[in-house]
Amino acid sequence: MANRCAVIGVGQTKYQTKRRDVSIAGLVREAALRALEDAELTFTDIDAIVIGKAPDLFEGVMMPEVYLADALGGAGKPVTRVHTAGSVGGSTALVGASLVQGGVHDRVLVVAFEKQSESNATWALSTHLPFTASLVVGAGGYFAPHIREYMRRSGAPGHIGTLVAVKDRLNALKNPYAHLRIPGIDRAMVESTPMLWEPIRYLETCPSSDGACAMVLAAEHKVTGTPAWIHGGAMRSEPIFRAGRDTVNPQGGKDCAADVYRQAGISDPRREIDVAEVYVPFSWYEPMWLENLGFAGEGEGWKLTEAGATALSGDIPWNASGGVLSSNPIGASGLIRFAEAALQVRGRAGEHQVEGARRALGHAYGGGAQFFAMWIVGSDRP
Amino acid sequence: MPSDHPPAPEESSAESLVAEHVLEFPGGYTRTTGPVIGRFLTELREGRIVGVRTAAGRVLVPPLEYDPETGDPVTGEYVQVGPAGTVRSWAWVGTPRKGHPLDRPFAWALIELDGAGTALVHAVDAGTVKAMRPGLRVRPRFRPEAERAGHITDIACFVPEVSTMAAPIRTEYRVRPGRSLARFLEGVRDGVFLGGRCAHCDKVYVPYRTTCPECGSTIGEEVELPDTGTVTTFAINNLPDPRAPQVPFVSAYVVLDGADVPMIVLLGDVPARDVRQGMRVRAVWVPPEERTLSMGNIRWFAPTGEPDVRL
Repeated sequence: MANRCAVIGVGQTKYQTKRRDVSIAGLVREAALRALEDAELTFTDIDAIVIGKAPDLFEGVMMPEVYLADALGGAGKPVTRVHTAGSVGGSTALVGASLVQGGVHDRVLVVAFEKQSESNATWALSTHLPFTASLVVGAGGYFAPHIREYMRRSGAPGHIGTLVAVKDRLNALKNPYAHLRIPGIDRAMVESTPMLWEPIRYLETCPSSDGACAMVLAAEHKVTGTPAWIHGGAMRSEPIFRAGRDTVNPQGGKDCAADVYRQAGISDPRREIDVAEVYVPFSWYEPMWLENLGFAGEGEGWKLTEAGATALSGDIPWNASGGVLSSNPIGASGLIRFAEAALQVRGRAGEHQVEGARRALGHAYGGGAQFFAMWIVGSDRP
Repeated sequence: MPSDHPPAPEESSAESLVAEHVLEFPGGYTRTTGPVIGRFLTELREGRIVGVRTAAGRVLVPPLEYDPETGDPVTGEYVQVGPAGTVRSWAWVGTPRKGHPLDRPFAWALIELDGAGTALVHAVDAGTVKAMRPGLRVRPRFRPEAERAGHITDIACFVPEVSTMAAPIRTEYRVRPGRSLARFLEGVRDGVFLGGRCAHCDKVYVPYRTTCPECGSTIGEEVELPDTGTVTTFAINNLPDPRAPQVPFVSAYVVLDGADVPMIVLLGDVPARDVRQGMRVRAVWVPPEERTLSMGNIRWFAPTGEPDVRL
């Protein structure tokens, strides 16, 4: 049985297209100092640091964790880098938590970042090796066929993706850290934007952001302030090409959810979870993950979205913060989901607080929907 | 009428008379600077920027002889400022005119030099209008000492401080296809798709590979697959790609007949609108004499015309 662990500090930068005023080191330090300030601690109180970010090709800095040790007060301490593609932020939190749960450290700082403005993620995700002819252009080019297959299987009407795109951006207007804050966002505006990778429209995709997010995780005897207790955490992965792999409803995601619900004692996620921060970089992934995560039966996820169940006013708000659709510093995007889940159960989410949230899901996925990381946090000590 | 003389409708009318006229005092006017402006220009010739302090303590840059607030003479205290400063506001000049300080697009900017209580008007050589913003930090670019004359143009212009640098990174690889991909490409050269059957899972993988991603077993059995298959799903890409013949182009998951995993391929000979999930397709090969050890041997996959497969 793992030792108890809780989030006692959260820090975020304002997510935006370009942070021209800071280096990568300055960016991660800003988030780290805010998390420490929230926890009323300093770098000297931290035992170990776990850094997450997506591929090095995004900024062209090889092994950035080595260079970032100074900025994070890491001299003389264990500094570890995690990389699981887009799910890395979630994995970073879980690796940090495991150091506390395993009794190795008392306080761990987890930080994840991306400074997308230093290059172009679509370029970095579309490098073509000789001898092959992959023809996949960026993440959208990869995910569009799987969304099309979801639409075919479920019979979901074409406007469901638009509803999510609007809902998450309306939530973003309540989150001061959100990147995309689009006054007057509505279905007509989303529908007026061009199809990039049909069936994905421009405003149904996530932005490219610069930003960092950090959390302080503490062992039970070091918990201070208002903690978000970790009730369960799990990671899963699966090979991108394997016979019979379900790319619409991946087994890795189902297994990961089942594991994390078992740890948290959850049998009906829709009823027992108050708010979920789920990695939805393309709007159609909300109904897809509603099914994958057991909030709806197979083929039924889109009906929850259509009925408004996932809106801030619905019975199971998804991405009250605006989600990845509103802020996407890729390496940090998963950690932001985990951090926003923690903020909700700490009652610290500000204007996008879900009233009375006691238990929240943080979720991230990455690669070709083949890496999954999830945690359940709660206001009650488990 | 001479042909090089443009016809004027009312050539004889006095109202159409035009003449160029230049008014320029021979050798140019002088300006006697007085002690305050003179000090500023003298310092400028030395490569320094000074302001003058008013009785109220404000530092005027460029200096004035009389305090605009009170009309009193300024104090005799000169204060070195800058050289860096902050752009407070600006106007972009997209088409410089003769007499402008720069021959390329630039900004006229109000620049508050560090330590100054007023802003100075000067040109900012920012390269592009996108680089300009209030709060931009800039530094003067002085002319070479021998060219300085004690004039505001001793500062050729201001330039933004360094906030980004280019980081050219290039890694060069020598890539070999590896045994399994090399074997697959040999098949493609000969006009066939080679797959491998996992004896343990009884699944056929294509392109040919030597280990099973499901169970990790070594794949020993080579399977020759037909060049026909079924589109399981696809994307219509509206973003240009150098490898695609046109925009939009369709990238599709095609399960070759007898295979258990899809290949991602380009579809052709069919309008994007007409592509369907379940559509039957066949590889379109380049002529045998043009084939190499390359996926380029397959132009794209095109509809066979057979009825769609129910997925």
